[in-house]
Formats: sequence, C-alpha cells, structure tokens
Amino acid sequence: MSKQGKPIKKKVPLLTELRTKKEIYLMILPFSIAFIIFVVVPVSFAIIMSFTDYNVIQTPKFVGLENYINLFLNDDLFLKALQNTFIMAVVVGPVGFMLSFCMAWMLCELPDKLRVVMTVILYGPSLSGNAYMIWALIFADDSTGYINSLLMSFGITDSAILWLHDAKYMMAIILIVQLWMSFGVGFLSFIAGLQGVDRSQLEAGMVDGITNRWQELWYIVLPSMKPVLLFGSIMAITGAYSISGSALTGFPSTGYATHSIVDHLNDYGTTRLEMGYASAIAVVLFILMVGSNKLIQKFLRKVGT
Amino acid sequence: MVKWFKHIRATGGFRKAFVRYFTKGYSNRSVGGTVGLLLFIAIFAAFQVFPVLFMVGNAFKPMRELYRYPPTPLPQNPTLQNFRDLLEYASDSLVPFTRYLFNTGILVLAGCLGQMLLSAMAAFPLAKFTFRGKKLMSSLVVYALMFNGAVTGVPNYIIMTRLGLMDTYWAVILPSFASTLGLYLLQSFMETLPDSLIEAARIDGASFFKTLISVILPVVKPALMTVFIFTFQGLWGNTGGSFLYTENIRPLSYMLSRIASAGIARQGMASAASMLLFLIPVAIFIITQSNVMETMATSGMKD
Repeated sequence: MSKQGKPIKKKVPLLTELRTKKEIYLMILPFSIAFIIFVVVPVSFAIIMSFTDYNVIQTPKFVGLENYINLFLNDDLFLKALQNTFIMAVVVGPVGFMLSFCMAWMLCELPDKLRVVMTVILYGPSLSGNAYMIWALIFADDSTGYINSLLMSFGITDSAILWLHDAKYMMAIILIVQLWMSFGVGFLSFIAGLQGVDRSQLEAGMVDGITNRWQELWYIVLPSMKPVLLFGSIMAITGAYSISGSALTGFPSTGYATHSIVDHLNDYGTTRLEMGYASAIAVVLFILMVGSNKLIQKFLRKVGT
Repeated sequence: MVKWFKHIRATGGFRKAFVRYFTKGYSNRSVGGTVGLLLFIAIFAAFQVFPVLFMVGNAFKPMRELYRYPPTPLPQNPTLQNFRDLLEYASDSLVPFTRYLFNTGILVLAGCLGQMLLSAMAAFPLAKFTFRGKKLMSSLVVYALMFNGAVTGVPNYIIMTRLGLMDTYWAVILPSFASTLGLYLLQSFMETLPDSLIEAARIDGASFFKTLISVILPVVKPALMTVFIFTFQGLWGNTGGSFLYTENIRPLSYMLSRIASAGIARQGMASAASMLLFLIPVAIFIITQSNVMETMATSGMKD
C-alpha cells in the first residue's frame, strides 16, 4: 500500500489522550496490571537473573555469561535435554498439527451429531492434565501391563519388557502419549474453521476446473483457513516445547532418555533452587518457543501467496 | 423405518443414500471410499478412546482383577468398592475431603470469574475502539501465546514470595488472570460484532463499562463460556505445586493425584480418583461444546 493512501493522523498529546479516553484506559488497566506482574516482569526478571548466581537466600551475585557458558559447554545433561526436547518438539509439533488438521478435515462432512461425538473423543485426552497416567498401566513394566501381557500371550516375548525404564523404548512411548494428547485447542479451531468455509466458493471452484478433493483442499480450503492455521500452529508449538517426560518415566528417567528442558528447568528451579541457572534454562526455552513460533508464522503466511 | 425406506428410495438407492448421509450430500464419493474414510476415523477414535476405557474399567474392578494375568480391559465383576474406599480414605485423612473440594471450588470460581471479567474488560476496547498503545497491547497478547508457565514459573515463585502471597489461594488465582488465551478469543469474537450495537448504547448515554455489561456481555456469551472452560481446565488440574504447601489449602487434584501415585496398595482407589479427575472437565466440555465451537470459529489470526 502506498503512503499517500493512509489518512493523515494528528498526534494528540498523550495527556489529552489519557484524559479523553480515560474510561478505555481504566477498563484495560486491571488486566494490564496482572499481565505486567505475572508475564512481563517474570520474563524480564528471568533474563536478568540468568546473569546471576542466586539461591533465594543470599543476595544475587552478578556472574555475567557464566550460566550460559556452563549450560552449553559444561552441562552434558542440558545438551541431552535440548536434544530430547528437539526430538519431541519436531515430532509432536508438526505431526500433531497435521494430524489435527487431517482429522478435522475428515470430520467436517460427517453428520452433525457424529461430528460432535468424534470431537469430544479426540479432544478428550488433552482436556485433563493427568489422563496420560493411564498409559503407565498400559505400558507397565511387569506382566500385568496391557501391552506386555498381550505380547506374552501371543508368544512374541517371553518376559516382560521394561517399556518405561528401558532407554530403547522410552522416547517412542512419550511420543505416542503426546500425540494421543495433541488434539487440543488448535484441533477445535480447525473444526470450527472448516465449518465456516464458504460453500459457494467451493462450488465456484468446481466451475473453474477443480476436479478432486485434494485440489479443493489445496486451492480453496487451505488458503481460506490460513488465520485458523496460524492460531493452531502457535498452540501446537508452544505445547510441544513444554513436554515433560518425567511424569511417565520418572525423574530422573533411565539414562536420561526422556529428560527434557522442562525437566531440567524444574530440577534446578524447584529442587536445587539454583535460580540463576534455572533462569538461564528458562530464557533458552523462551527463545526456542518464541523463535520457532515466529519462524513458522512467517512460513505459514507465505503459503499460497 | 418406513420413513427411512422412503428416504432411501427417494435418494436413489441405498448406496447413494449412504454416501449422502456421511458427506452431508456434498460429495459423490464411492461407497468404498466412504467406508474406508469412516474406518480410518474409527481406528483413530479407538486409539483415543481405549486408554480412557481402561481407566474407567479399572475404576470399577475389584482388587483381584486389577492384578490378574492376563489383564482384562473391562471388569468382570464390576464393583463400587474403589469409590467407597476413596471416600473412606478421604474422610479419614487429616484434612477432610470436603476441605479439598472447598479449596478447589474457591480456586476455580475466583480464577474463572476473575479471568472472564478482566479479559472481557480489556478485550472490548481492544476489539472496538482506537486508543494509543492498542497495537502494542494486541501484539503482546499474541506474543504471550507463544510461551507458557514453564518459562515464567521460576520468577513467579520469587515474585509470589516477595508479595507475601505464597501459600495463599492468590498464589494460584492471580497468575491465571494474566493468561492471554481467553483475552485473545474474546477479542476475536467481539471484533465480529456490528458497530451499530455499541453506537446505539453510546447514544443512549451509557458509559463504556455499562455498554460492556449490558450490551456486549450477553452477546458474547459463547466466548465467555469458552474462557470459562479453558480456565477451568487449567485450574482444575492445578495441584498447587510448590505454591501451596499447607495441607488444608491444597486443592482436590492434589489429593487425588497423591492417591493416584500412591502405588500398588491403592491401585483401585487410584483408578477411581483418576477417573473423577478426568471425567469432570470432559463433562463440562460436552455441555459447553457448541459455545466453544462457535468461539473457535473466530479464533483465526489476522495480520
């Protein structure tokens, strides 16, 4: 858009603006205060603390980049956590996102009642924070675990497999469980978004020579769903980076096979109370989350333009 | 039956009627394709449902069956003993069951009402008026969706300690006010409202706040319900963690998850507890789902 097209705005002095729109500012004030105290201050605070040595009791001591240097050069466990979190985020984020969209697409033409039932079934697991505990029984280490008893009764193995304590399987199980929980808020908005796709646009597409559903999906549905896809991707990415493996495989997990950044952060932040170091981990997590989100947003905005 | 039969004949045979039913009449897919698609959906549904089915099944199993080899997904002799045990254990414990329930009630009620009010008050000007700082605030709200409590947990712990709010209900309630998902959804929903609605109220001389309460809130009820269910989910599952450490202000989910992780001797009770923890948010979602879907239809990100 050219600059001349914009209407010329007169800058009103800030005080006049505050006085004339007093009511508006009063209405956003309560939320803004909560947001500043519990989001803006903590993030800034974490950044500042990450340059200090702070154990809650003694006054913080400025140590420069020491925490970060230790993280990346001396803390093998952090590198392991970083690697695990990357694996989790790369699998659970995009795969969960695409699964959610594909299922939503398949559900969108089902009869209304059936669609609602399916929505509840798919969304259900992500509704409750502790539902994944059931997987601890399914993959239980002894012969009473469902999977173990199934394998044993078919004679595939003759002894129980330590699903949750054998480094060979742990990561795969965490990924399965996380994908099970990945039909979240984004999935809901995909379903709602697909319901809102304009029928007449699809019919116009038929006239323009669209012959099958895949073309329809690519040329009409996806472009008109872009805003919802952007929202869904944020939900998926933020969720994928905050996976903690320890709930199922215990802390510390065997060989740290499912040790994630969040586990590492909790270890230093709530158990060892090394707040400076924990803050540095939090800042790295923050950069990863916001950075990935920004990157994907940029990419998704380009699709179809 | 007769009506169905007539309907099938009118649409041109069973095959056509079948496809038409499962595609809302929008597709002329083959019967095979439709069956295949339904089968694919069914497999996914099974993957999602079976674990939940096991959980519900276990809650009704007597002790004997919980450790039977091979395990059966559904109880052979269903019993309510686990729930009775749970109730008994809860009433015997140092802090009575009703106290945990009361704590959860306070956290959920104050948290949900507070967030609904604060978010609605901020979402209204953001959606419908121009003022300085609006752009900045809108983009901060979206930015805040890109990270979560995992990042702010450590500093929040220190802030709460400094504010002297540690180990009070506020330590859990207040941070939930700052969640931006609810604000974002309310704002998107309000942007779709016609301006004439607000102008009419303003001409009558109503203040912004009064317009919000009497004109806007009734119309954005679906979005408010959505904020409610999302906030509820978060607070319902919140065990208080390291923010609440005195036993008699800890919430229900803390007690239930403590039982759930108590190990072999209490396996039956644990299953009953897990089922309760799981089913209540699901039940509330089922009740509010049409509101939620209506809200999510406006959840897209504009430029």
